[in-house]
Amino acid sequence: MNNILDLLWSLLSLSFGDYLRRTFGSGPGMELFIDILSVVALSTFCLLIVIFLIWLERKLIARMQDRIGPNRVGGRYGLLQTVADVLKLLSKEVINPAGVDWVPFNLAPLLTVIAALLVWAVIPFAPGVIGVDLNIGVFYIMAISSLSVVVLLLAGWGSNNKYALLGAFRAVAQMVSYEVPMLLALLVPVILARTMSTKGIIDAQAIPFLLYAPLSALIFYISALAETGRTPFDLLEAESEIVAGFHIEYSGMKFGMFFLAEFLGYLFMSALFVTLYLGGYRFFGLENWVSAGGYPFGRLFGLIFFFTKTFILYFVFVWVRGTLPRIRVDQLLDYNWKFLVPLSLVLIFLVAIVDKLIPEGTGQFMRMAIHLAVNLGLGFATLEALRRYGQRNKTTANSGAASPPSAGHGDHAPAGHGPAGHVPSGHGEPVQTDHGDMPLGGREPITVPIH
Amino acid sequence: MLSDWQYIGIFVALSPIFPLAPVVLNRLLGPHRPNPVKQQTYECGIETVGDTWIQFKVQYYIYALVFVIFDIEAVFLFPIAVAYGQLDLFAIGAAVLFIFLLADGLIYAWSRGVLEWV
Repeated sequence: MNNILDLLWSLLSLSFGDYLRRTFGSGPGMELFIDILSVVALSTFCLLIVIFLIWLERKLIARMQDRIGPNRVGGRYGLLQTVADVLKLLSKEVINPAGVDWVPFNLAPLLTVIAALLVWAVIPFAPGVIGVDLNIGVFYIMAISSLSVVVLLLAGWGSNNKYALLGAFRAVAQMVSYEVPMLLALLVPVILARTMSTKGIIDAQAIPFLLYAPLSALIFYISALAETGRTPFDLLEAESEIVAGFHIEYSGMKFGMFFLAEFLGYLFMSALFVTLYLGGYRFFGLENWVSAGGYPFGRLFGLIFFFTKTFILYFVFVWVRGTLPRIRVDQLLDYNWKFLVPLSLVLIFLVAIVDKLIPEGTGQFMRMAIHLAVNLGLGFATLEALRRYGQRNKTTANSGAASPPSAGHGDHAPAGHGPAGHVPSGHGEPVQTDHGDMPLGGREPITVPIH
Repeated sequence: MLSDWQYIGIFVALSPIFPLAPVVLNRLLGPHRPNPVKQQTYECGIETVGDTWIQFKVQYYIYALVFVIFDIEAVFLFPIAVAYGQLDLFAIGAAVLFIFLLADGLIYAWSRGVLEWV
């Protein structure tokens, strides 16, 4: 009886491993068994939560688009809709199209799920509830998640389909590009915490790093959207252009595996954001509460708190999808290389200098305030620079592209709001657009329709 | 230390099971009646013309090349970030110089028009 209660309390307080060690004795064999058990539990959890995530996203996006969403299978909220979908996928025929490269074609759906699962190993769900606390946690996450680039190329190349290949190239260009600002943004929490261990970063966040470095958090969030291929960066599977992108030739459960990895990626990015910037499971010290019998029930609070924050962020992911339209490929790359990367370089430069200039023994509130001021200052300076740039663009476009801006955003601005409004009016003002001999910075001369 | 990586090792060894199981189950449960029409490459209902593995836009390659610079940079910057507490201002200055050198590469690529999508 006592034993059963012990087991029950251990399970409830998320310390089953301690129970096993207590009851059956510890040793290397026991550790191996616990590790295997933990891997299976973590993976199963990840696979099952996706069923809920898909339902949640469909329901939320439906509400945002003024629809009802799934409401037939499993009660009036359609709770079993995804389960039905999984069963449907299981009973579908697996088609291997003619001419596919068999090895990459079949390796891709496996590898994508493996990569999506492996990153969860270092996410701390609650104190002590973590796969393994690697001392290079953040680096490990970046290393494993770059595997998804390889997967995309495998899928696109192996499919023997032009849409798939196009989608794969787009996706690789996008992911590879946005990995740079993400890496640079991740350096900021690492510098602030002086460790790459995810648990160490949470321990360092007596004040969440979001308040230290909101700009870094923003850069990370934008790159996370792009890395997971969410709207507005979803042109790697733009339905209206390349049908479905790299997974177009996949059917049945192989397609399901891509879907699974994708949704797991969204949740993972939310969880990583919570870990790095929102203090993870920290809940005013309550997460370390140990009850009378030595059961760490505080872990339960930590877990609940962690998932509350994660799902709030997941909601923001869906919200962004429901709000923003898709951007073009040149905008996507310009936005990254000409805006996010320089900005994150400046940010990492400032943070590295400023944190060193703050004398040792400064109170944490003071340290936070200085960092916050630096971040906000840089943020407002960027906004001001962008405003000036936009204004200059507008004036040059209106005065007939006398001095075209060197950067890329100007390339498409004159096409839409260019001198077209001026010319037909015939006021006799000098319009220097379509003579062909004007120095237009190597651009095509703008032809103005004269009615 | 080593026991940390034992967990990752077990994870890597076990993780193929999770995607393999549904795919194999699908193969067993689903029908399997291939025919030439069904196996055609999908292209909006018309027959595909020519080979898929053709020349592609060289721009993708250039972006990948620029990425490599920054990826290598990150490998060097992460150790600096971890050791940050033990470094003096001079060492941080050296690291910042390193960032400048990389930013210089970006500026060079930018001024040469590599970052224009044509």
